[in-house]
Amino acid sequence: MQTMMDTLSSYGWDLLDKTGEHLYISIAAIVLGVLVAVPLGILLTRIPSKAADRFISFVGILQTVPSLAILAFLMPFLGVGVVPAIIALFIYSVLPILRNTYTGVMEVNTSLKEAGKGMGMSTFEIIRKVELPLALPVIMSGIRFATVYLIGWATLAAFIGGGGLGDLIFDGLNLYKPELIVLGTVPATILALIANGLLSLLEKGLTPKALIK
Amino acid sequence: MLEFKEVTKQFEGNDYPSVHKLNLKIERGEFVVFIGPSGCGKTTTMKMINRLIEPSSGEILVDGVNVLKQNAVQLRRSIGYVIQQIGLMPHMTVGENISLVGSLLKWNKEKQQKRAKELISLVDLPEEYLNRYPHELSGGQQQRIGVLRALAVNPPLILMDEPFGALDPITRDSLQEEFKKLQREMDKTIVFVTHDMDEAIKLADKIVIMNKGEIVQAGTPDDILRHPANEFVEDFIGKDRLLESRPEVTRVEQIMNPNPITIEEESSLKEAIQKMHAKRVDSLLVVDESGILKGYVDIEMIDSNYKKKNQVYEVMDTAKYAVDKNSLLRDTMYRMLRSGSSYVPVVTDNNKLAGIVTRATLADMVYNTIWGDETAEGSAIE
Ligand SMILES: Nc1ncnc2c1ncn2[C@@H]1O[C@H](COP(=O)(O)OP(=O)(O)OP(=O)(O)O)[C@@H](O)[C@H]1O
Ligand SMILES: [Mg+2]
Repeated sequence: MQTMMDTLSSYGWDLLDKTGEHLYISIAAIVLGVLVAVPLGILLTRIPSKAADRFISFVGILQTVPSLAILAFLMPFLGVGVVPAIIALFIYSVLPILRNTYTGVMEVNTSLKEAGKGMGMSTFEIIRKVELPLALPVIMSGIRFATVYLIGWATLAAFIGGGGLGDLIFDGLNLYKPELIVLGTVPATILALIANGLLSLLEKGLTPKALIK
Repeated sequence: MLEFKEVTKQFEGNDYPSVHKLNLKIERGEFVVFIGPSGCGKTTTMKMINRLIEPSSGEILVDGVNVLKQNAVQLRRSIGYVIQQIGLMPHMTVGENISLVGSLLKWNKEKQQKRAKELISLVDLPEEYLNRYPHELSGGQQQRIGVLRALAVNPPLILMDEPFGALDPITRDSLQEEFKKLQREMDKTIVFVTHDMDEAIKLADKIVIMNKGEIVQAGTPDDILRHPANEFVEDFIGKDRLLESRPEVTRVEQIMNPNPITIEEESSLKEAIQKMHAKRVDSLLVVDESGILKGYVDIEMIDSNYKKKNQVYEVMDTAKYAVDKNSLLRDTMYRMLRSGSSYVPVVTDNNKLAGIVTRATLADMVYNTIWGDETAEGSAIE
């Protein structure tokens, strides 16, 4: 316990720094993921469902590639640093968001889409006023899921020089200082829990009142 | 207003066209009801009007312009549409639902709200309902909102696909009444799809009966009930309804005896007696020289006045109830049976005598409706 306090006092500022970096990498990756996966998911609902299913399976396979392998694989192309770390994490965020956007939008009652169309909504208006609001709870839970995992995986960013709490863990491993490992892991876990809680709240706030069961 | 010219729709992968060479003209203000067995192409026909489905060939003209030449989104905003499943947006309030097309047309909030209030009062729902969500309403109330939504921007043409289909009979009945009233007041052209013949008869100016993508018969409810084009239509209408609905749609003129036995008011009582004797009746309708109905005399009146009076007009009863030749047989029949009178004179607008309906006439009609076919066959064999 004493060593823990010592480490904390000597790494205090470092910890704050690393947590900031960690958040930055995770949030950047998630934002990127949302920006890409949500429109892509909507686009998939507009093509024949067979092709869409294939596409999603393909992205699913990408997801099964071990994260370290992806990082290692990206290094020769993107070098090291924050950007490749963000890109690697972004790749992982795509699938859950994409899949949830796709199913969420597909699950919106067809008669509602047809009502919208029949009353003269343009495709864009149908997406914005009917499909997105009704699919939002499902999309949000995809985003939440991705965020929680990304905050965990972001510790691996250190491996390619992306910084974050992973730095502390790697230092701990290299220097045989288990308290450093703890110092990196615990905040990452806490961050993930906080993110989960906040996003749950946001999800509730954004869910149309009438849809809350 | 709306015209179909040789319209055909063949979906890819289907063996038969869903709609085949359909020709139909719908006038402004007309209430047209499409009816037919499931899968006969009613919904397809309707959706081709607002381009939710595009015809494979042929033309659909709205106010003389081919719908395919118009911007689909603009076209749909100008045509009211009530879909089969109501389709209220669950995440929007009732008010927002009603104002949906208004908001697409960029009406300002005030105008939208004013219109929503106007509309909801039409169907006797309180204004507070505008702030509710659809799931807080009963099925019948939701259905009403679905109809109001189609009326919101006051389109001249409204398409309704089985709008009252999912309702219990009582709610359906009152909504039909309510809607028919609205339609008359607002002078809309309405294209309506239903499975329910009673609904069609009640609402339609023109019924279009479809089968396998084609029009089998189009006409007024009266026409169709009285002259079904073929066996399919007869079966579709149902024998029961043919029987039952005859007095519903038959007008007095169609069954009356056009040659009632009359006497002029200036005639003498002696002449009256002779006529009664000759024609073997116990009462006569009294008319003036131009055929206007004045009253009636019967044998008792003549008998009790024979010594004192001379002419028919002095003894006749002028308070005789008569019916207009265009009134419904149903009503006439009901009154005759209830009042116990044995006949009723039929007149035109200006009270000119046109004919007579007697209990014997009614008996003949009922007899023909029930036994008509068999008698015809029987006599053919003889
Ligand atoms: N999108 C489609 N693709 C292929 N076939 C279709 C499509 N829509 C309708 N059909 C076919 O066209 C025919 C007519 O369908 P439509 O929906 O117009 O029938 P309907 O008269 O409205 O029936 P219902 O009373 O059951 O609603 C049916 O045989 C149906 O299977
Ligand atoms: Mg249908």
